[in-house]
Amino acid sequence: MGKNVVPEKFVSIAELSKKLVAGEITSVEICQSYIDACNATEADVKAFRVLDAEKILADAKASDARRAAGNALSAYDGVPIGIKDNISVTGEACGCASKILEGYEAPYDATVITKLKAAGFVCFGRLNMDEFAMGSSTENSAYDKTTNPWNTDCVPGGSSGGSAAAVAAGFCPATLGSDTGGSIRQPANFCGVVGLKPTYGRVSRFGLVAFASSLDQIGPLTVTVEDAAVLLDVLIGCDKMDSTTIPNQEGGFAAALSEETAPKKIGVPMSYIENEGLDADVKAATLKAIEQLKADGHEIVEVELPHADYAIAAYYVIATAEASTNLARFEGVRYGNRAQSNDLLEMYTKTRENGFGAEVKRRILLGTFVLSSGYYDAYYLKAQKVRTLIKQDFEKAFEKCDVILTPVTPSTSFEFGSVKDPLQMYLSDIYTISVNLAGNCAISVPNGEASNGMPIGLQFIGPILGEKELLQTAHIFEGLQKEAK
Amino acid sequence: MSSFDVKTVAALSRLELTPEEEAAYQKDLDAILGYVEKMAELDIADVEPTARAVEMDNVFREDVKGESIDRDIVMKNAPANVDDELFRVPVVIDEGGA
Repeated sequence: MGKNVVPEKFVSIAELSKKLVAGEITSVEICQSYIDACNATEADVKAFRVLDAEKILADAKASDARRAAGNALSAYDGVPIGIKDNISVTGEACGCASKILEGYEAPYDATVITKLKAAGFVCFGRLNMDEFAMGSSTENSAYDKTTNPWNTDCVPGGSSGGSAAAVAAGFCPATLGSDTGGSIRQPANFCGVVGLKPTYGRVSRFGLVAFASSLDQIGPLTVTVEDAAVLLDVLIGCDKMDSTTIPNQEGGFAAALSEETAPKKIGVPMSYIENEGLDADVKAATLKAIEQLKADGHEIVEVELPHADYAIAAYYVIATAEASTNLARFEGVRYGNRAQSNDLLEMYTKTRENGFGAEVKRRILLGTFVLSSGYYDAYYLKAQKVRTLIKQDFEKAFEKCDVILTPVTPSTSFEFGSVKDPLQMYLSDIYTISVNLAGNCAISVPNGEASNGMPIGLQFIGPILGEKELLQTAHIFEGLQKEAK
Repeated sequence: MSSFDVKTVAALSRLELTPEEEAAYQKDLDAILGYVEKMAELDIADVEPTARAVEMDNVFREDVKGESIDRDIVMKNAPANVDDELFRVPVVIDEGGA
């Protein structure tokens, strides 16, 4: 039988910040308490690839010294944050949970890490994931299988499974993940935490190991919507190291949560809810959420996303095409593991054969095929055209509403090994994937529990750069959930 | 069956697969490509393709030298090197008779 190792109480980074500023607690005390929590149940959860307590406490000590001297870098100086194993932190492993990057140490900070460090956040370990972020259960890690803290027989979701499990198990108050087709929102939903995928181009991808460059975004996993807003304020911005970042961005997301706002117009694609593959408990919870929001005075409007059924097909062509190109750089010459051979080509092919896991190879093969001579028009070009239709669906829908409400996944978390067919696993991303194709922002927020005791999530989707309305709506819903308890 | 041939694509992908892997991937990819065929239902001849979700212009900068990472830090990650300065690889050009 699986164990439930979810703690009774969670502390938000907003609360930790208040206590740090008031001098009621030190960063060393905070970090030590999270290290103690890891020591107690990390053996059950296995959320981390690396957790260097000594380094964390040294950084915490430096933070306390700054604050004591009146030089705190921000109100959040000293707050710990866990980092997914595909985001570079100088001098730390950045292995993407892959054998091919064994022994690799990042030589520079990702821009998001530069920003977090500038605000005084303490990097708290390397979090497990599906190898190169390819997967929906973290079962594709070349290392440990991270478990779901709600039931350790079940998967935490993926690919940011370690990031979600670490927050749900109380190992750290917040983490960073990356989302290419749902990889922040789906594990957040499986583990009962908040997960935000920002608009494409909001947050710099510099220092994020690329999976599918036109879809990847870094975002936070947290215990509250407010914390997601706080971290988004830190993470956003145009970056000369990532030419796809959006210029002239305005923050103020956390402050906007306490603004008086007019009732929201919330779009619901009924086809998503009438989908026969949707689990009965998830459907009931989604309908209940709609009623709660209606009762709170918000307007519910029906919207249509007619090309949603084609999103997974287009996604697996585009994402794998980009991945096959991005992963060509792993050949054993400049970093990572190398297979020994006296022949150059054989050295490449053996290095890649030994270093990549089964799902990564599957996607490299698919991506190479759809880009290969004679097949480009039939697959890649067609997928890019479908992408246009999906993007237009959202643009039309947002003419009628501020945000769109949907389930996050068709079911709650499943048991290890229960989804064996790769295509079946791909189909579980049905509600999250179109958001990445269209570039929208979206958030997963907890929405009660199913009869099997596992958490259910609710997804809100916002238009391009619509994070303010998105976070406000999610914050309102979070408040309604608390009242209902 | 799809037109996917695992041996050809593995060679293009610089992957050396075992016979068991070849059989498994041929089957998986046939199924996945069969699903992807779904896109053929749509009439999209006149639709413009989208390469990136958020429209953006080319970004230019002055062509000036910036900072880069120190060579010794980069070489620390190299699987094999020459004098901590060069990446060592198997012979690329065989001059014959060597």
